[in-house]
Amino acid sequence: MTHIMVPVKLVPDLVEELEIAESGTALDMAWLRLIINEFDDHAIEQAILLKERSGGEVTVIAPDQEGMDDVLFTAAAKGADRIIKLIGDFEEGTNNHALARAFANAAKEVGPDLILTGVQGNDDLDGSVGPYLAEYLGMAYVGYVAGLSLEGDKAIVQKEYPGGLIAEMEVTLPAVLGIQAAEEPPRYVAVSKVRQMMKEASIDEADAGDLDTSGGLEINSMYLPEAAERAEMLEGDEEEIATKLVEIFKEIGVM
Amino acid sequence: MNNDIYVVIEHVREQVADISYIMLAAAHDLAQETGGEVVGVLLGNDAQALADNMVADKVLYGDDPALAEFSSDAYTKALAGLISENEPRAVFFGSTTIGTDVAGVLSARLDFPMVSSCLKIADGKVVSQICGGKIMAESELADMTTIITVIPGGYKPEEGQGGSPEVTPVSVNVADLKVTLREYIEPEVADVDITTENVLIAIGRGIQTEDNIELAEELAELMDGAVCASRPVVDQGWLPTPRMVGKSGQLVKPKLYLALGISGAPEHVEGMADAENIIAVNIDPGAPIFDIAKYGAEVDLFDLIDCLLEALEDA
Amino acid sequence: MAANEVSHSPSITKTFYTSLFDITDGDNIKTCLQCANCSGVCPFGYLMDFPPGRMIAWMRAGIFDEVLETDSVWMCVSCYACTEVCPKNIPLTPGLMTRAKEEMLLAGNVPTELQSALEFSQRYGNPLGESPRKRAEWAKDLQPEVPIMRKAKRPVDVLWFVGDYPSYHPRVIQTTKALYKILNALGIDYGILGPEENSDGDTQRLAGERGLFEVLAEKNAKAFSRYEFGEIITTDPHAFNAIKNEYPELGIEYPVKHYTEFLAERIDDIKPLLKGNGEVKVTYHDPCYLGRANGVYDQPRALLEAIPGVELVEMPHNRTTSLCCGGGGGGMWLDGFQWEKGHVRLSEWRVREAINAGADVLAVACPYEPPRFEDAAKMVEGAGNLVVKDIVELLAEAMED
Repeated sequence: MTHIMVPVKLVPDLVEELEIAESGTALDMAWLRLIINEFDDHAIEQAILLKERSGGEVTVIAPDQEGMDDVLFTAAAKGADRIIKLIGDFEEGTNNHALARAFANAAKEVGPDLILTGVQGNDDLDGSVGPYLAEYLGMAYVGYVAGLSLEGDKAIVQKEYPGGLIAEMEVTLPAVLGIQAAEEPPRYVAVSKVRQMMKEASIDEADAGDLDTSGGLEINSMYLPEAAERAEMLEGDEEEIATKLVEIFKEIGVM
Repeated sequence: MNNDIYVVIEHVREQVADISYIMLAAAHDLAQETGGEVVGVLLGNDAQALADNMVADKVLYGDDPALAEFSSDAYTKALAGLISENEPRAVFFGSTTIGTDVAGVLSARLDFPMVSSCLKIADGKVVSQICGGKIMAESELADMTTIITVIPGGYKPEEGQGGSPEVTPVSVNVADLKVTLREYIEPEVADVDITTENVLIAIGRGIQTEDNIELAEELAELMDGAVCASRPVVDQGWLPTPRMVGKSGQLVKPKLYLALGISGAPEHVEGMADAENIIAVNIDPGAPIFDIAKYGAEVDLFDLIDCLLEALEDA
Repeated sequence: MAANEVSHSPSITKTFYTSLFDITDGDNIKTCLQCANCSGVCPFGYLMDFPPGRMIAWMRAGIFDEVLETDSVWMCVSCYACTEVCPKNIPLTPGLMTRAKEEMLLAGNVPTELQSALEFSQRYGNPLGESPRKRAEWAKDLQPEVPIMRKAKRPVDVLWFVGDYPSYHPRVIQTTKALYKILNALGIDYGILGPEENSDGDTQRLAGERGLFEVLAEKNAKAFSRYEFGEIITTDPHAFNAIKNEYPELGIEYPVKHYTEFLAERIDDIKPLLKGNGEVKVTYHDPCYLGRANGVYDQPRALLEAIPGVELVEMPHNRTTSLCCGGGGGGMWLDGFQWEKGHVRLSEWRVREAINAGADVLAVACPYEPPRFEDAAKMVEGAGNLVVKDIVELLAEAMED
């Protein structure tokens, strides 16, 4: 029976304006709205799809951050068998090296045959979680996966290349796969189901230990890019505008 | 540690990816600060010819049958030896489907620090762009080999092209692979994948009739792009559903999004706001599309298309 | 896909049938005559595998699982047309159709467009996926300032529940600003909740997401309880319906009026302010949740007739027989799905009626309508000059010099 572990994390919600902390080297956490990393959401969906197709067990694991309980109960409502929260000092933010080390420690207890996680997160500044996790556990890593099946001790994965080309790869298990997209879009679970799960399911806790962030670079400064403005209106008649457009096309390198 | 900058060349099916040239251009900027050389690292099987036309001081070439096609495991094994032996100042990888499979694993295996999403090098500092382009972050190289993944946008591929660098064969060891290619699955050729196009000509209600779509197609052909549309055009059955941009349609981020007669309803904008350059043509000056466009023109789109077709043919 | 299959247990019919009795007048379903009036009057009935009457027939035959295997219930725009004509007063819209959508949703069988509106509602408190912090952004540059309760820190006579589309949708914001102008002109002491306001949740409820509706209602209840106010007015008939008819069941009880009722009460104060802009033929579209669901037919018309120069003309479907704009019951978030099914739009049908009635202006009173009818007018031949305006926009314009 395949045991699939899905490590997930929260990322800044880009619907909101982002602010820089007073230090000038990080995002202002107080102002931040966090949501589940959409790629992790796909990883959960892919794990549940695999379980529905060929049996097995799904464990979803996440750092203890505000709002994470909802994410975990939602995963349980979708069909995750076990939900685990890593207890540690995550509120001020951490990096993916540290997160991967904490996930790797927990994985030793969970004992997965396969780990699915989001291929990236929008705030990744020191690479993504998957490759580190794979290396810390001595497993192989393949990212940008958009579909897979299991054949004995191998996973047959569809890895996406630009332009729609897909490479079908054989990966020896246990392995970590970075999920780009699940075979089906993440399913909807009715709020009533999640609320019911909050009554029935319980979240296991695991100690994240001291967070070791080594491997990430120190950030000298963080800032917002210059604000975009309303379109620069091109003046003149159609002919003049057409000429200006061709110039712009050349400038931005599409001709 | 020496001051050289390594660039791991990406290629799929005998084609060097543009990101490789972009990385060479970035490496060139960084090497000027460190005073080292720009060194391309090419892995493959009988692929030495790919090393031509690169702005690099030299290219290290590792050859092995197991490197004929990309495998994260094979690349990681080949590069781990090479990088730990030579300890360059920095190693560039594409922030791509290939580069990100390898860069992070090497950072963990060799205990070298890593910074991702580098857009450009400014005064020797790595400038990264994260949070969907909403945040910039600057960092300095660590005092050991630093691994950097690069996103497109800061350099043009042409800046990394030119010259015939000297190619030095290096030995690589890539046994016992846990990841191997089974086969390539070709993309569907039935219709265009608008999510991967560089140039999109987007049409909305303003196109008025099915016959007018041909004008947009002509434009797209001249610009080596594709035609996409907002919901009403697709609802009319004038274009197939995969061509629809927006909520419940496709999410696109082309280099150029030329919006013709699209008002910019939120339902549409959701799918294209992240395009690099949005140019909007609309007869209505109050159309919200002008709030997110870089350039705008308030003219009749059919008059403009005619002139634009002419201007493009002349160009 | 396994997760999307509805359970085949024979008891599904029984559990479903029994659950309908919990709804007000739910017992009436036992008396269904199979007259098929409901299916005939349904604007999308001909596109459904199971219009309401047939659903009841299958239920009685104990094979309701067959109904849940089709997706025709997503064609229902919760417009109350069926409920209105049912001779046995069966609560078809609030009971049968809504419960069926709930079953579909529990089984995970949700069209993608609807799914993202529901996810947005959960995450942001509005179905558009906009930042909740920007809920009062429409009021940012207005002078006099729009009082936001948290900052105003004083009791007000009227709490204006602005609503989702009136807060965020660029077109509908114009109607919001018109109502703002009128409230100021009348010297009303009002305030808004701003970022503390959440979606009223009614359309989510009618789209089958009862749990989400309750969460949103509780959030609004919390915000209501923080402040002192005399009554609530809403821009949106759906919000009006929720606060008037649904919130009380959750123990959330406040006096509430739709703005048309509120303004009609003050029509004598409004009339002297109206100058009129020449002769114009106006037809009025009764929104489902103002008209059929809540019986407000006269006040909107009284407001329109108060404008000098307005001649009110009626469309063939009016008052209790009004045609849905297509946005209700989740229709707002099922445009693509519904188009695939029938390649027709209810909004275009309505615009054709307005044209045939000889109207220059199609007046509305629901925030779903201006964008829907304006889009439709672009597609309907001969509708190029039809103006779509909310009643408050027409009033505000008539107040200008």
